[in-house]
Amino acid sequence: MKAAVISFPGSNCDLDLQWAVQQIAGADCELIKQEQTDLSSYDVVMVPGGFSYGDYLRSGAIARFSPVMTALKDFADAGGYVLGICNGFQILTEAGLLPGALQWNRDLNFICEPVTLTVDRADTAFSNQYRVGEQLTLPIAHGEGNYYADPETLAELEANDQVVFRYTDNPNGSVHDIAGVTNAAGNVLGMMPHPERAVEALLGGTDGLGLFQSLIQQTKGADIRGTR
Amino acid sequence: MVHVEMSPTAIAKKKSYLDLGLTEAEYDRFAALIGHQPNDTEIGLASGMWSEHCAYKYSKPILRQFWTKNERVLMGPGEGAGVIDIGEGKAVVFKAESHNHPSAVEPYEGAATGVGGIIRDIFSIGAKPVAMLDSLAFGDLSQPHTQHLVDRIVAGIGGYGNAIGIPTVGGETNFDGSYTRNPLVNAMCVGIMDKDQIQKGKAAGVGNALIYVGAKTGRDGINGASFASSEFSDEEAADRSAVQVGDPFMEKLLMDACLEITQQHQQALVGIQDMGAAGLVSSSVEMAGKANSGMALDLDLIPQREANMTPFEIMLSESQERMLLCVRAGFEQEVLDVFAAYDLDAAIVGHVIEGHQYKLYHHGKLVCDVPVSSLTDDAPVYKQEAKMPERLANPASDFDPIVTDPVTTWKAMMAMPTIADKSSLYRRYDAQVQTNTVVLPGSDAAVIRVRGTHRALAMTTDSKGRYLYLDPKVGAAISVAEAARNLVASGAEPLGITDCLNFGDPTKPEAFYELAEAAKGIIQATKAFNAPVISGNVSLYNETNGHAIYPTPMIGMVGLIEDLSTITTAAFKHANDLIYLVGETHGDFNGSELQKLQTGHVAGRLFDFDLEAEQVNQAFVLKAIRQHLVTAAHDLSDGGLLVALAEMGFTNGLGAKIKVTLPTSWGFSETQGRFLMTVAPENRAAFEALNGPAKLIGHVQAKPQFDVTTVSHQFSVVLSQLQTAFEEALPWYMNQKA
Repeated sequence: MKAAVISFPGSNCDLDLQWAVQQIAGADCELIKQEQTDLSSYDVVMVPGGFSYGDYLRSGAIARFSPVMTALKDFADAGGYVLGICNGFQILTEAGLLPGALQWNRDLNFICEPVTLTVDRADTAFSNQYRVGEQLTLPIAHGEGNYYADPETLAELEANDQVVFRYTDNPNGSVHDIAGVTNAAGNVLGMMPHPERAVEALLGGTDGLGLFQSLIQQTKGADIRGTR
Repeated sequence: MVHVEMSPTAIAKKKSYLDLGLTEAEYDRFAALIGHQPNDTEIGLASGMWSEHCAYKYSKPILRQFWTKNERVLMGPGEGAGVIDIGEGKAVVFKAESHNHPSAVEPYEGAATGVGGIIRDIFSIGAKPVAMLDSLAFGDLSQPHTQHLVDRIVAGIGGYGNAIGIPTVGGETNFDGSYTRNPLVNAMCVGIMDKDQIQKGKAAGVGNALIYVGAKTGRDGINGASFASSEFSDEEAADRSAVQVGDPFMEKLLMDACLEITQQHQQALVGIQDMGAAGLVSSSVEMAGKANSGMALDLDLIPQREANMTPFEIMLSESQERMLLCVRAGFEQEVLDVFAAYDLDAAIVGHVIEGHQYKLYHHGKLVCDVPVSSLTDDAPVYKQEAKMPERLANPASDFDPIVTDPVTTWKAMMAMPTIADKSSLYRRYDAQVQTNTVVLPGSDAAVIRVRGTHRALAMTTDSKGRYLYLDPKVGAAISVAEAARNLVASGAEPLGITDCLNFGDPTKPEAFYELAEAAKGIIQATKAFNAPVISGNVSLYNETNGHAIYPTPMIGMVGLIEDLSTITTAAFKHANDLIYLVGETHGDFNGSELQKLQTGHVAGRLFDFDLEAEQVNQAFVLKAIRQHLVTAAHDLSDGGLLVALAEMGFTNGLGAKIKVTLPTSWGFSETQGRFLMTVAPENRAAFEALNGPAKLIGHVQAKPQFDVTTVSHQFSVVLSQLQTAFEEALPWYMNQKA
């Protein structure tokens, strides 16, 4: 697997994500800039957590205008795998690569704590190393992680089985306890919890590792574009 | 607030320097040093540079006595931050700074810019900031004003640290009436670097360039240093313009760019310093002073955000997120190119010149021409009079508590705001970004692994204002000892400390006495724990309407764990582990949380502190941990034995059964130098063979209940009852907030 992590100005989990993919999961992973316009050499492109451009307006609202986002849309349209974590999830919804939006947490405060997720789908490119119903403990760290979609969109998401992870004890007010959701095609995942923070026992847990291993499994030796 | 310029004669005649915080004697001294009547710009520079914040004119005689050097210290006080060798080619850099005054006036931005400022100090040395800690003190939490300050100050710390991507891993929050109008906001930053890349804030080499980088200069925070060096009164609204606004996004770019320069463009860089208190003047003149250089700056070249700023305003603005670099002639473009890649404003604003004058040009006119030393080394230093406060000369009689219903008292103690669970506050801080945090907030010390080594760093902040109020010297020594105890309980050996000395008006002999005595206690204890003072700051004038805070030196301590496998936390791990109490317990209640609970205040003569016993006990605990004989360790501090015991049970829902030969009330005694430790039954013989000052008092039990036998009572309480009291206290108060 060859992966890239997009470092926007203000991204601050880019190095953590690269470390998790490269040092721990053992796949190739490069950091790329927001000016990059060609993503064709990668199997997976990841959009990391942080505060892109300071996020002073609305999380992800500025980042979506970066040159790399046009390339990312083309990449996703061609079937490439895209993973957005935290601010990355926010950017993907702002850019229209994923449905819904992330609002301020229910209690209007930033929350950093471990949460328990239930795996709803174990047949996606991002979760094939987990079991349906499996419970994962992953950290969250966000102020705007309260997932919202209008009733029609929500019905569609559920009908298509696009929800991959749900909170077992909803920390932020997300509709239907949604913690991670894919696009209709299933090749773009956005999630608020940080799998890259749960890949080493020394730091408290390894439940996030399966996500990166899933992507490695999915992209093994194959030309992944068009394989879904 | 726009500054209106005055002529040198008008300044002398109308004594406008008095409004800037300079005395007549100081005006005369400055005029003599520079050899002419100071003009508007020059007197402004003197007011900033001669403030306590920059010149330490009252505290210097005290700071000079601190013990600042041992075999591991690579750089002591005097630069942006101190540096200590941690082995394997790495060094740790740390410093703490207070932002009390700005946070009292505008809590969110005051706290946020406090964080921003201390981060710049760390990366100006060339270190990557890896952790933040805070130390906060507030008034009575039942008051709406306090609730507001807590909410906004916590939001400000998180708002800056979370966005820039530095984990806030630890800290403390204390509550006491003396901080009601004058909260303490102390922020500490820790960085890691290769030990051969240490940078200094110096400007040397005639013809070398001064490069300004970062945010544009505005009229915010003008003369904030002298604002911070005066007392508050009820007319504080007028002070609002002295508080700055933070931009963590800008600072992240600045940090990444500066680290790229310090790591990859060393041949270009002569020196680098952040623009903190007294802004451009302090950074530039200090850089010249440290290298004994002259300097000329052209103020028209300073990136400015507002029109028609006077030289006074430009030089004393405390706009945030700015750095000053001295760059070797010929390498200017190389450095400017790095900044351009980060979209940062950077400009060559001056040069190192022959001689020792500090010259500023504005619109082609020379507006300041003074010796560099007139603003640095020749600032006045005062020997103050010290007088023991009345309350110390004639202390109240000893407090002798009566505990008739131990369970009710225990629950009430768990809910005391200073003891109660702070997770509702620290969950608002990202504690894990950078993925190095091994021990999260809530244990005795936070622990960060050092990538590329087998080592880890433990860190803590501790202050004991209540104890210092009863005995400044002993209270200060205890503050250092408690910090060391927190590190030792985590498996670390203390390396050194940084401090923020939060005190009252130093021109009052009683306040100065407290400062001088506290320093003695710090010196004694830092030597005892081999933990020199490598950096710090002073925050004096913490008074409102004449009432001073408790004397509160904040101790930020960092320790080294040489082997990751010896990292230890406070939580009980397994049922049937044996519980040992390390250290002797006495009836020590003056200044205790129990006294506060039962009487509403602290009074009396502070209990004795046995520094030698503390050393022996700490050495023993560390030895046992390093031999892998300890499953959990927790220091005993506020609320004593029973509070510590309960805290150890909460994380994993494990109870305990203990029997002590002490009176029940002594379960809440605050005798220093004590720990609770657990040992697996199979390691009992090996542990007891160490022959340490530890007494077996019971064991961990699977049943979530505490069963306690004292000489006078036998009582039991379900863990969840104590935990509910502990966890719900702060949210309950904060929910009263309108």
